[in-house]
Order: sequence, then structure tokens, then C-alpha cells
Amino acid sequence: MHVSLFIPCFVDQLTPQVGLAVATVLERLGHTVEFRSAQTCCGQPSFNAGYWDEARGVASRAVEVFAGAEAVVGPSGSCVAMMKVFYPQLLAGTPHETAALDLAARTFEFGEFLVNQLGVTDVGARFPHRVSYHDGCHGLRELRIRDEPRKLLAAVRDLELVECDEPESCCGFGGLFSVKFPMVSTAMAEVKAGSLARTDCDYIVSSDPSCQLQLDGWLSKNGKRPRTIHLAEVLAGEVA
Amino acid sequence: MSSPATTAAAEHPRPGVAKKQFLHDAAEHVRDTGHRDFVRRALGGYYLSRDTQKARFRDWEQARDAASLAKWSAVNRLDELLPEFVANFESGGGRVHWARDAAEARAIILGLLAEADAKAVIKSKCMTSEEIHLNAALEEAGYGVVESDLGEFIQQLRGEPPYHFVFPCMHVRRDEISDLFGKHLGTEPTDSPEELTMIARRHLRRLYVEADVGITGANFLVAETGQISITENEGNARLTVALPRIHIAIAGIEKLVARLDDLAVLLPMLAAAGSGQPMTCYNTLYGGPRQAGECDGPEAMHLVLLDNGRTALLADAEQRDALQCIRCGACLNVCPIFKNVGGFTYGTTYQGPIGSVITPHLRGLAEWNHLSGASSLCGACTDACPVRIDIHHHLLHNRRNAARTAPSRLERLGQRAFAFVARRPWLFAAGGWLFRKTLPLAKTLRPPPLSAWLATRDLPAAPRQSFRSAWRRRSR
Repeated sequence: MHVSLFIPCFVDQLTPQVGLAVATVLERLGHTVEFRSAQTCCGQPSFNAGYWDEARGVASRAVEVFAGAEAVVGPSGSCVAMMKVFYPQLLAGTPHETAALDLAARTFEFGEFLVNQLGVTDVGARFPHRVSYHDGCHGLRELRIRDEPRKLLAAVRDLELVECDEPESCCGFGGLFSVKFPMVSTAMAEVKAGSLARTDCDYIVSSDPSCQLQLDGWLSKNGKRPRTIHLAEVLAGEVA
Repeated sequence: MSSPATTAAAEHPRPGVAKKQFLHDAAEHVRDTGHRDFVRRALGGYYLSRDTQKARFRDWEQARDAASLAKWSAVNRLDELLPEFVANFESGGGRVHWARDAAEARAIILGLLAEADAKAVIKSKCMTSEEIHLNAALEEAGYGVVESDLGEFIQQLRGEPPYHFVFPCMHVRRDEISDLFGKHLGTEPTDSPEELTMIARRHLRRLYVEADVGITGANFLVAETGQISITENEGNARLTVALPRIHIAIAGIEKLVARLDDLAVLLPMLAAAGSGQPMTCYNTLYGGPRQAGECDGPEAMHLVLLDNGRTALLADAEQRDALQCIRCGACLNVCPIFKNVGGFTYGTTYQGPIGSVITPHLRGLAEWNHLSGASSLCGACTDACPVRIDIHHHLLHNRRNAARTAPSRLERLGQRAFAFVARRPWLFAAGGWLFRKTLPLAKTLRPPPLSAWLATRDLPAAPRQSFRSAWRRRSR
């Protein structure tokens, strides 16, 4: 399959290794990968703030950028949910409506793509650590992805997967919410990061770099361990 | 107690006042980690019993579909069902009063009390009465008012509104209740929940007999039979209806269901989702006052049907499903915002996610949109809702409506600038480069909104190159 990478803007600027890891895993599985450099942002910051006209302009451009791609795969449940769930609503009644529906059907979150589209759970990785998985809310509730990343982690050699006692709690990021209501956002980070830390894991695995920013930000500020790692980085690691 | 002037101010604060209060109270509350842990532990027990009850349904998701459909079809047929209900209710001897808003509802009830030459009023749990600030108005007019629901009774003694619209005093520790009863009722301290309940019960029994008027809410109004369905755990609503001379019920017009059969799914759903019970202890249908030849029941029964912004919500096709709400409180119980900021911070009658959705409709978008902003949009509420209200997406809809009607100029400028840049890849890439290069300086200067992030969270160091340059190099 020929996969077009959908790299969220903050992955582009802050965690490029996540995007590279996605490409590595897909290429190892025998697929070809492209990056369309005209892509920018999915428009979610404007959409969530209520500025739908502004978001529409950004979204319709993204729809054009990814036109004709066989599959669009992104390492963020949140940004993928924006394309898959919200683009068709946002662009309904515009000239981009059909293209948005078409893109939604061909866009996938990375872990879900491996398991449900490629039928792969064992990518041959080894990661000799105790980890806990953090569900990003958009992946969990907009895309209904829960078992897929766990299946992938279960197949990683020497990896021990433990669940925390707040598995479905939000980390509190929420985009602009994190700076508009910083005290609430931080209290939520404290609850979720605390729950994950209590598992005594070496790494928190996530499929959402925005949740990682929030969890790592809080853990680092408070001098606590562990740190997060993206699912793609775990799967792209040492080959068993 | 608040005067009518403060009541009006509470209903329609000046723009910005409610938001400022929210930010202030939220900041105070999150510092009280003891309180937050207490509420979280209390809800831990609820999750276990709720899951047990959900598992007893053959198919919980199908039951949600059925419950949602029953309410959805009723909400969409209010024009037919309201007249049907009223005709049936009045044929049983009850009288219906229509109230456009809170002030009208208060005036109607004060009129009924005067007509009945009443002195003392006893109430069972009724959030609609909180919505219209009834207690303050009754006390202002010189009536004695007593709440008979244990949680509401405790809140009344504390001089506080309900903390949670189903569990009014969930934030109060047992020793605090014991002290409260000692102070107001002169009882000995006790740590036993049963003994505390008995203290309240002994105190209240006399008051049911002395009251002239009993005021209740209504969980459902059944159109085909003209009956009011009231759900409770303590039997206090039955006594509130049965013992005083006059019964006044207050209900929002959205409480209708078409058929008695609809309660077969709605009552167990309300119990399971609301309190983790198989059924609530008492579910009673009231069809009218005492009939000829009957030995008990009130002489007269009144129902105040309240609009207070509901028809405006009905007119909003996108968010109309919010009127399906059966006030079970399940969305509050799973909400990370509610759990961390507590019930009082909202400053509304209806707290939590559903309150954040409907309050802007009931009391004004400009003043209350901040509640829709105060959400990470995690969606736990929508998954928990037994009648499938699209709660967290409606928060997005409120945000959009507010951005259209009353945008913040600064934010709109920022959003427009961002959209301008995001539509031009070269500019976006240049902006990204600039962001990475100036990040160390920005971390030192801390301009807003970065300052809000950095106060409690670190930011990683910017990598040497962006993904797009790394990819160019990799592909070479």
C-alpha cells in the first residue's frame, strides 16, 4: 500500500521522531510512504475554539492536499478524529463536502491502521520495559480505538503492559483549554499522570503527542517519573 | 437568604462576571486536594454499583436507544403531547398553570399559597424550584419552608444550594453532618449514617403534618394517563404529597413522555445511570387530588409547567436533544471537570456537562458560554448519558454560536491570523521555524498564553530540525 503521512503541526515542530517512526514501521511492513509537504494544520485549534469559518478554510485546503491518496495515516488520534469525524460536518454543504467524506473514509490513526487495515498486530519489535497505555480521548471516544494499541503492545517482545486505575480519564490537555483554564487542565493532568505513575511503569505509551505534551509537561515540572513515548516509537524500536 | 434583587442578579449577571467567578472558584477548588479526593472516592462506589446495574440489562446500548427514542419522540411532539397531558391531568381534578419564566412561576406559586391561606410549606427534592429560586421568594414572603429530602435538608441547614443536582450534599463529610445537626437540632454527635437519617426523619415527621402545602418536582409527565411520576429513595415525596392540604408540583415542559410504557425503560435507566440502583426505592404516579370517597391525599393538586428558555432550546434543531435529559446526573459523575472543580464553581442550578450545555440556552450565551469552554471535550459525558444526548459536541456548538454572535476581538484576530498562515505552506513552515528558534527566548519571557502553560508544566526543548526538514534529508 502507498501511505501518505499526516503529520500534525506540533509533531512537525516538536517531536519529528514520532513521524519518522511511523514511516519506519510502515516501510518495514513493506509499504511505501510519502509526505506531502503542502500539508499544514488540520484546523482543530480554530474548530474547537468555535471559529468554524476559519477552520473551514484550513480544512478545505487539507482536503485538497490529500486528494487521491490511497491511505492517509497520522500518529494522533486527535488530529485524525478532526479529519475523520469533524471534516464531513464542517465541510457539509460546501464544494469540498464529497472530498471530505472521501478523505474521512481513507484516513486512519496509526495503530488502528496497522491492526484493522493491514491486519498486523506483531511488527517484530522488542521493548524490554514495563509500560502503561494512556488512551487519548479523541482516539477512545471519537474513533472508538481501545483494543488496537493494546494488541500491538501485547505482541512486542519483552514488554510488560499494565493498566492504570484511571484508564478512561482525560489528561486535561484539550488544546486551548490547557491555557484558557490552566488550573483545571493541570488538576486533570495531576490525576491522570498520578494514576499512570502509580503503575510503576518505565514508560507511558500514547498515540497522541498532544497528551504526551501535557503528561510529560506536568511530570517534568513536578520532578516525577516516568515519561511518555509514542506507540510508533515503541514499534519502530529494536527489531527482535 | 437572598433578596429578590440578588436573585435577579444571579439569574442574569453582567457579561464576564460569571466567568470571572468560575475562574476564581476553580482555582480555589483545585488547591483543595482533600476535597477533590473525597469526591473522587465517593464516586468510586457509584461506578461499581452503576456497572453492576448496567450489566443486569440484557443490552445496555439497546436500552439507551429505547430510552433516547422515547424522550426524543416526546420532545418533538410537545405540541400534541402537552395538550393531551393537560386534558387528562385536569380530568383527574388537577389544575395546570403555565409559567413563561422564573418570575411567572414564582408569582403563580405565591398566588396559590395566598389562595390556600398557607403558612408552612414542605418540599421534596425539586431542581426546577432551585432553577426559579423559589425558596428565597417564599421566605421573603414570610412562609416557612422546609426541605424534606435528606440531602436537601442538610444543604438548607448549611445555607448552600445543591452541590450536585442528584446528590445535593455529596461533598459533606459525615462528621460535618453530625455537627450540623448538633448545632441546629441539638442532637448528640454520631458517626452512624442510620442514626443521622433517623435524626432528620424524627425532626421532619412533625413538619409534614404541620405544613399546609407540599411542593414537589416531577421526573416524568405521562401524556396518555395525565399522571406525574416521581422517583425518590426516602419516601419523603410521598409524605410531601399525601399529608399537606395542597400539592404543588413544578416541572419543565420537557418532562413529558407519551405513554406509561415508556417508564418501563426510563425508570430503571434513571436508577442505574443516576445512582447505581436496580430501581429507585419509591416510584409513584400521581393522577390528581383526593377523589370522592377516598380517605387520603391532598384536597387540591396543582402543576406549574415551566418554560424558562426551554422552547428556545426546542427551536434549536441541532441541540434539541438536550431536552431529552432525565436529570440522572450520570454525566457529572464521570466528568473530570466536575470532579476537579466541584459543583459550586459552576454557579448554575444544573452543574456539570449537561448544565454547561443548557445554561447558555436558559440564561444567555454571552454570560454562560465560558462553561462550554471549560471542557477538554473528552466525551466521557456523552458515553455515560442514558438517553444519548450528544453532550460534548453541543459544547462545541455553543462555542461556535458564541464565536459568531459575541466573538472576543483579540481571539478572532488570532484565529484569522492562524488560518491565514495555515493556508500557506511556505508561511506555515517559516512560522514553525521561527517558533522553534524563538522557543528558548519565549520560555524566558513567558508571554501569554505560554505563561499559563509554563506556570504548572514544562515544555520540551525544540528539536534541531522539524519533521519536514528531517524528511527531506531522509528522502535524499
